[in-house]
Amino acid sequence: MQIVLFHLMPYADLDLAEGRKNGTVWVTLPNRNFDPEKGHRLYNRYLDELEYGEALGFDVLAVNEHHQTAYGLMPSPIVTASALARRTKKAKIAILGSALPLRSHPLMVAEEHAMIDVISGGRLITGFVRGIGAEYHTFGVNPTFSHDRFHEAHDLIVRAWTEPGPFAFHGHHYNVQYVNLWPRPYQKPHPPIWIPSQGSKETIDWASHPDRRYTYLQTFSPVKVVQRYLKSYRDTCAAYGYQAEDRQLGWAVPVYVGETDASARAEAKQHFEAFRNVFVKMPLEMLLPPGYTSRESLKNVMKAKAQMFGDVTIEQALELGLFVCGSAETVTKAFEGYWGEMRFGNLLVMCQFGTLPADLTRANMERFARGVMPRLKAL
Amino acid sequence: MPFTDHFIEIDGCRTHYRRGGKGSPLVFMHGAGGMPIVLPFMEKLAQRFDVIVPDHPGYGQSGEPEWLENIHDVAYFYLDFLARLELERVVLVGNSMGGWMAMEIAVRNTAPIASIVLVSPAGVRAEGAEPADIFLLPQEDMTRRLFHDQRFAEARLAVPETPESIDLALKNRHTTARLAWEPRLHDPMLPKWLHRIDVPVSIVWGAQDRILPVGIGHELKRLLPKAELKIFESCGHLPQVEKMEEFCDHVVRFACR
Repeated sequence: MQIVLFHLMPYADLDLAEGRKNGTVWVTLPNRNFDPEKGHRLYNRYLDELEYGEALGFDVLAVNEHHQTAYGLMPSPIVTASALARRTKKAKIAILGSALPLRSHPLMVAEEHAMIDVISGGRLITGFVRGIGAEYHTFGVNPTFSHDRFHEAHDLIVRAWTEPGPFAFHGHHYNVQYVNLWPRPYQKPHPPIWIPSQGSKETIDWASHPDRRYTYLQTFSPVKVVQRYLKSYRDTCAAYGYQAEDRQLGWAVPVYVGETDASARAEAKQHFEAFRNVFVKMPLEMLLPPGYTSRESLKNVMKAKAQMFGDVTIEQALELGLFVCGSAETVTKAFEGYWGEMRFGNLLVMCQFGTLPADLTRANMERFARGVMPRLKAL
Repeated sequence: MPFTDHFIEIDGCRTHYRRGGKGSPLVFMHGAGGMPIVLPFMEKLAQRFDVIVPDHPGYGQSGEPEWLENIHDVAYFYLDFLARLELERVVLVGNSMGGWMAMEIAVRNTAPIASIVLVSPAGVRAEGAEPADIFLLPQEDMTRRLFHDQRFAEARLAVPETPESIDLALKNRHTTARLAWEPRLHDPMLPKWLHRIDVPVSIVWGAQDRILPVGIGHELKRLLPKAELKIFESCGHLPQVEKMEEFCDHVVRFACR
């Protein structure tokens, strides 16, 4: 199994009362709540944590993209991935992912990812996402064109990476007379492409298609939901007439390893609950603007609203498998069990979440790397 | 005065409209919420006009054509619709999104149109008169904001939801987003061509409109200097509902002068 250290880079210094009062830390939380001096310390702390991940033996260091929110301070994962490209030597660097429909020109994404791939000597893992619903509010991009723009941008980027230039690209949303990428990516035919998702049939059908076979990552979901979607991915591959490889599946989950089960829970509790009940939270209208999902999916979410939009305690989260926490032995056994059921080839662990401070984050990373990772890597 | 339901295929879109009454043709263009039922103002206008109330493409019982991508598509569709129904000398009345559509139709061709009533229309923006964020407001707040007199809101909120009404609301909301998400509820190119509207225009606004503030009405009056601006006091975004009698009297007086 490949182990990925995944960082959201939240604004951990957030006044949680302000976040709660506003109902969400997305879109509308006034940016006077961001202190640039604290931000300076946080960015450097988080980049240090990712670099330390390489020293601890994580296979991949992963960053992602979110806009105008305290949930994550990486509107451009290109910036953080670039910094990592120069400061690391062995670990792969994953951008999970670039939000294609939000970017006005997909060729910029193709170029920036190619640059990082070339600078790092082929260590880039590319991810493509649509951005979450809230970001269609913040950017004003029309969510009813989200799928169309995503697919067309993806096609343009992959063609730009793989076909000899110059050539012309004529799409519905993007038109370019000369596609002629400098630099071309280092890896052949192009960096691996991963697709993080909260789970949708459209995404699974598309990512698993025999022409693509992209790695599908289920992000921050109850373990039953993870099982359902990873199985759905495998079933879809089978329906396409091939067997999914384990490397095509991944699960992204917050993890906390303590000295004992009890101390792990006690140390993680307030920080996990801040993550789940303040940083993640947003109203339905913000999460799912019209057209972002099919209307059927939207109705399913409306039905599950009470469960999805209410608070969750650490105890409930552990029961749901939304969070994995305990001693090294407990966490190892949990993941061995889940792996036995799901056979995901990539485990993305979030060792920092919510307000988790630097000392606990490092201790968590060290205990995970020493006490859990070796046995998982062997799977 | 009974309204009857009709379906007609136009530009590949199965189009639903209601029709009732006798007199000169009056086409009412509904707003973002659609027009799921016959409302009292329609009955009242039908005493004087041949009232035609279509569900826009992507709304209500009309189809969702692939080609529907922006407000201009709607305008060309309606020119085909008016031609297909062989309507002439039409009184075109549009509320909110429907008012925007009426303007987009009229800058392209006023030949089938006798006069236009724009009822708190979207379509143009005005400095200092930001529309409510209709895509972010919770449904109940949205309903309350539609009205000045909250008794109208209470009545609407008291109607129980059904699976069908939820489906319809989601469909209407989807199309509104497609047409009006960005730029939000207006077309920056529209003011360039409003001078092409060469038929009488009446602009109607509720003084307490909390969806599209009345400041937009004043801006529209500046852009359409020959138009008359009528402001209803103690009235929100739907004068045809909240000030039904006065609204209908105004339309009759304006259109039949």
